[in-house]
Amino acid sequence: MSLVITPWFGKVSIEYYIKAGGYEGAKKALSMKPEEVIEEVKKSNLRGRGGAGFPTGLKWSFVPRESTRPKYLCINADEGEPGTFKDKYIIKEAPHLLIEGAIIASWAVGINTAFVYIRGEYGKFALLLEKAIEEAYEKGFLGKNIFGTDFSLEIFVHRGAGAYVCGEETALIESLEGKRGNPRIRPPFPATMGLYNCPTVVNNVETLANLPAIIREGGEWFASLGVEKSGGTKLFAVSGHVKKPGIYELPMGTSLKTLIYEYAGGIRENRRLKGVIPGGSSSPILKPQEIDIPLDYDSLMKAGSMLGSGAVIVLDETTCMAKVLQVITRFYAHESCGQCTPCRQGTPWMAKIAERIVSGRGRKGDLDLLVDIARSMMGKTICPLADAAAMPVIAICEKYREELEEHIREKRCPVERE
Amino acid sequence: MKEISPQAMEKIEVLVKRYPVKRSALLEVLHIVQEEWGYIDQEGEERVAEILDLEPVQVHEVVSFYTMYERKPVGNHIIRVCRNLTCTLMGADNLINYLKRKLKVKVGGTTSDGRFTLQTVECLGACEIAPVMQIDGEFYGNLTPDKIDSILEEIK
Repeated sequence: MSLVITPWFGKVSIEYYIKAGGYEGAKKALSMKPEEVIEEVKKSNLRGRGGAGFPTGLKWSFVPRESTRPKYLCINADEGEPGTFKDKYIIKEAPHLLIEGAIIASWAVGINTAFVYIRGEYGKFALLLEKAIEEAYEKGFLGKNIFGTDFSLEIFVHRGAGAYVCGEETALIESLEGKRGNPRIRPPFPATMGLYNCPTVVNNVETLANLPAIIREGGEWFASLGVEKSGGTKLFAVSGHVKKPGIYELPMGTSLKTLIYEYAGGIRENRRLKGVIPGGSSSPILKPQEIDIPLDYDSLMKAGSMLGSGAVIVLDETTCMAKVLQVITRFYAHESCGQCTPCRQGTPWMAKIAERIVSGRGRKGDLDLLVDIARSMMGKTICPLADAAAMPVIAICEKYREELEEHIREKRCPVERE
Repeated sequence: MKEISPQAMEKIEVLVKRYPVKRSALLEVLHIVQEEWGYIDQEGEERVAEILDLEPVQVHEVVSFYTMYERKPVGNHIIRVCRNLTCTLMGADNLINYLKRKLKVKVGGTTSDGRFTLQTVECLGACEIAPVMQIDGEFYGNLTPDKIDSILEEIK
């Protein structure tokens, strides 16, 4: 099995990284025309690894080639989607993979300044990354005249300060400008009006970390690792009730069941599986009979869920679904930025209902009310946070209705009682 | 009046130069000031506004938006316990209750000796070692009450 990212884990210092063939991709990219680099990335079927799955090459091609204003790269290391911890591993285990990817992206789009927006809670990893960036400057891989060309690139690390919504690309840009993380109305899209109203590319850490291999081995090679419209491999962050939680890199299209039972060791204490959240807490939950499904963007969408960030949260039979509902709704209520009424009002309302269900004060009709609120939020806000809050609620209410109704009726948890 | 140390001012000056727009440095400058003062109160907001040529309200709206900025004095160490989904599945509720009893504080409170402030936070991105907490930026995972006892003992 060909892997793209994890074989580089542990090659933290630039010497080790170079010895293993590191920075060859960036060197090769700089010997190609920028348009050729973009073409190669398009051929690779690389799609944004932050969660939205937008084709990376296409995203780049929206940025005007000629621009009188500077262009920027914002590297999204906010990693706030609950269950997600993959970008942290890239930063601490192979920071140069990210730096090399940033060089390739910047060359392709014509960018000379990049900011890594890293979540504030990752402060110690921000320091590691700064150290790696310093090493790259010393080697002449960053700064002026990279690899002896006339291309220059500066990379700065910028810490966030605790706000989930800043993972959304326009909120990230606002935050980087020193403001509250209120998402912007799109269009205009960042590609034409982003940071300081200049053309901007926002790419996730894992997305960029795939680029060196794509340039070295070719876009077609990368595409062939995955399935039709989802090229390459993907980092899956598995957590919850499994025997071996952690990071697993697997080809796109690998079965979710294989990931859980063969790689993550199956369910702890050999209990029965109750459900799997396949792509971070926003993605609709799958029941045990639904998990024999290929892990790629289109297959999960067809099943009514999302590949998202690849954060797989596994729930065993001891899990109280009212509690899951409460934790998820409380989170989105906490993180709503408050700009749009449906989200500002809807998320705390859902949290209030979930809270009363879990504590035995649920009312007949609460589940219908929850679904009704969720449906009235979707598609009616500036950013996708409202949808992210609504989708899991609808799925849980529909798929675990019997248990939740019993919880309301009996005023106690039917799972813990058993 | 509290002062920002010359070392911190030096850091801030270097930082501001990175950005084509001064205001961009705001989140980072607030981190630096908080590292010195422990929290950002109105005086802190005004000082930062002065440094970055902003109106105090522009600083206030940022300080009040992001959860990592403390707006009132806190203990010597902040314990941030994750209460999100994976940690809850792995027993975070019991650990939060254990910490409340052990430290004799509510969530958000500071121990009477001023050593610890207890907070609950959303996902820390360390679900592979859930249940997890962060103290002074360091991650502690696979927590149990016994493990918490020995961690807090060492931090003193």
